[in-house]
Amino acid sequence: MSDAEQPTDDGVPGDDEFEPIQVFPEAEEMDLRPGADNCYKCSTCDTNCPVAEVDDEFPGPKFQGPEQWRLKRQDDQDIDDSVMKCSNCMRCDSACPSDVPLSQMHNTARGEYVEEQMNTFSREYVRNRILANYRRLAPLGSMFPRTTNFVMGLSATQWLGEKLLGITGEREFPEFATETFREWWTKRGGAKVDNPDKRIAYFHGCYSNYNTPEVAKALVRVYEHFGYEIMVPDQHCSGTPMFANGMLEDARRSAETNVRELAAALEDGADIVASCSSCSMSLRQEYPELFDFEGTEAVAENTWDAVEYLRVHEDLEGELEGTSVDEFDDFAYHAPCHARNQGLDGQTTEVLAPIDGVAAHDVGDSCSGISGTYGWKAENYETSMKIGEEMFDHMEESEANTGLTECPTCSMQMEHGTGYEISHTLEVLEAALVGDRTEAAAQ
Amino acid sequence: MAIEDDVLVVGGGLAGTTAALAAAERDVQVRLVSYRQSTLRNASGLIDILGYTPAGDGPLVDPFEALDDLPAGHPYERVGSEAVREALAFFDGIVGDAYAGAHTDANALVPTHGGTVKPTARYPTSTAAGLASDDRDALLVGFETLPDFEAPLAASHLEAAGAPFTARGVTVRFPGIGRDDAKVTRYAHLLDHDEPVETPAGETTAREALAETVRTHLEGESRVGFPAVLGDDRADAVRADLGDRLGVDVFEVPMGPPSLPGIRLEDLLYEALEAAGVRVTTGVPVVDYETDGEGADATDPERIDRVVVDRNGAEVPHRATQYVLATGGLVGKGVQSERDGVFEPLFDCHVPQPADRYDWFVDDVFGDQPYARFGLPVDRDLRPLDAADDPEFSNLRAAGAVLGGYDFAAEKSGSGVSLATGYVAGRRAAEGCR
Repeated sequence: MSDAEQPTDDGVPGDDEFEPIQVFPEAEEMDLRPGADNCYKCSTCDTNCPVAEVDDEFPGPKFQGPEQWRLKRQDDQDIDDSVMKCSNCMRCDSACPSDVPLSQMHNTARGEYVEEQMNTFSREYVRNRILANYRRLAPLGSMFPRTTNFVMGLSATQWLGEKLLGITGEREFPEFATETFREWWTKRGGAKVDNPDKRIAYFHGCYSNYNTPEVAKALVRVYEHFGYEIMVPDQHCSGTPMFANGMLEDARRSAETNVRELAAALEDGADIVASCSSCSMSLRQEYPELFDFEGTEAVAENTWDAVEYLRVHEDLEGELEGTSVDEFDDFAYHAPCHARNQGLDGQTTEVLAPIDGVAAHDVGDSCSGISGTYGWKAENYETSMKIGEEMFDHMEESEANTGLTECPTCSMQMEHGTGYEISHTLEVLEAALVGDRTEAAAQ
Repeated sequence: MAIEDDVLVVGGGLAGTTAALAAAERDVQVRLVSYRQSTLRNASGLIDILGYTPAGDGPLVDPFEALDDLPAGHPYERVGSEAVREALAFFDGIVGDAYAGAHTDANALVPTHGGTVKPTARYPTSTAAGLASDDRDALLVGFETLPDFEAPLAASHLEAAGAPFTARGVTVRFPGIGRDDAKVTRYAHLLDHDEPVETPAGETTAREALAETVRTHLEGESRVGFPAVLGDDRADAVRADLGDRLGVDVFEVPMGPPSLPGIRLEDLLYEALEAAGVRVTTGVPVVDYETDGEGADATDPERIDRVVVDRNGAEVPHRATQYVLATGGLVGKGVQSERDGVFEPLFDCHVPQPADRYDWFVDDVFGDQPYARFGLPVDRDLRPLDAADDPEFSNLRAAGAVLGGYDFAAEKSGSGVSLATGYVAGRRAAEGCR
């Protein structure tokens, strides 16, 4: 936003004492003008948009961002309906050569659209609210995981979901774990390592708590291997699905809790790590772009991807040198869009390189197409699969029969499109550093 | 722990990728860090060496003949004409069949979307059948929904420019595209995947429908030019298929931004980086650096010890033995300006400039603009020089549009300078690791 303070070039020759004139009133709220003004219309963002490539009804990020922002200066101008077709992959953010905060503009426009133009009794609104607030339903599901998994797996349930709510019946719902990560953590008695000098606060997010606790457990074992004391603060959803559905008030409530709890952990000397690339993206970028609770900036600046943190603070690659794993074979690796935006695109292939017995083959920079809740909506299913086609092809061409990624919904899409079993990078590090699961469980 | 490599290249455009590839050939570990996407996506994809002399003479028939007469400080003068040839041969090796023009030293004349011809040393094979030196008559086809290419205007312009053939332009509806502002990637995707499209005659496929649309407009021309949206990953197949159906040679006319030939070149370069084992980090900026500050004689230039990459707030140190700065020029933001000066934002290298900013430009827009030559002065090793003509750092080299002393837009030398200086900077950086 500092660009706002830069003077414009309209002085008089020889006038050294330049006093910029305030043309626009001082912004009281978030001011997107400098971002809009930075756009020089090169359209690089549009060429990166996976939705615009397969659907010419979607006008692309340049329209959704700076152009719509300008149109909105007119009082009688509504947000264009097409904003709901944006999948929030955020690829346009890292595309822009001119620092336009595209996803911030999209999030803001989508929030306004949902709040002011969407019928809150519509099926679409109800469905989106349910999808965005998956975390509120998940505790119910995991209370009776076997029953829930059985019911959700019934074709009648899927048919009803599609007819009543517009949730695609093509996908199988992810299974709930019989024991959540937090239940396991409590039963275990919490941290096994006390270390005031090396502390992390783990933001596990919803999915590794309710659905894939093995990922969260892997993080615990790997970090304890390096002598870290692990804190598991109270937490809500990171907000990613809420941003994507324009439910900014829901996101604000969750973010407020998260920032408060995580800022308290910072006070206790911890750094924050996340195992889901969309959670870390949300804490690092979307929170400071959209909210200003006390501590938001501090939380953003001290949040890390779990593997990145070890790489910078420990000799991770040295430690992995000479290790081997038996339980995994080669992987077709997909870097999630939200990981790419954090500069993590090459990380996994680099980190796994020293481990004997596995290699991660990068399947290229295409988007998986599911983008969180996007590909779950019946009307987006086909688009989502079209976008994913390139990734599926590259997965099948690669010399591997299992997949690897750090994003829960990319993982669903990879499995859905290829039938491969998909793992998380932390599980591989756990196997290399701590040993296989049964050994690890005994520890 | 810093993330460690031998050579660290900052910048992911033509100069940066060439530097990384040239270094990686010398068996050192190379990392390329690129913040936002490079201006390659805006580039025509043409590889020009020199189309006009700095005095404006041209178009030049043989760019290499003119290289030795360039003024001191011009990037080509710094690296020498032999390095330009080596770099071009290196490029030819990377891109293989995707580019043409290696059979001669002479410039080719490629028609552009405005109907002008651009002198260039290498050109994508997709443009090869369109060369202005070819005397076969040509039909240019534009699309109603793609106003960036006005085919009848381009055709008249080509004829007025003295092209040795008859050019005719028609504008048609692109089958399968309804929206006025569909993205170029949408056109390419439809053709790449030969998707089903609705036509008045019923459902057919995108390539078949396009060929049928164009067929009725052919009047015996043996080559047909389209705006450069004919496929992305499968562009060769799309062109061949259209050519077979129409019984003509099909070529692309390079377009302004965003440009598929530029995107295809970027893809080729990044595939080459992966194959060469170069580690690539994108989406995050290098924001700061630290020198090692010890042991250096007062007269010796400082050594860069590490640079700091900002990852959404977290500062991640990256250390290498040698560094290459390839962050681009005024458009790529490797060189920036404010009211009181022009500067290089990362290492704050010296950028020569008139003290009075009203001397940065002349009133004639297309005149000899001083700002177009703004950038870093370098020694013959491509190390940036300070105001006293001493190297700013012992282990930093600069390549591409961040360099000063040339006007790439007027000379048509942008790609060539990026290739030649990227190649030399990469090679010297690798040698500096020994």
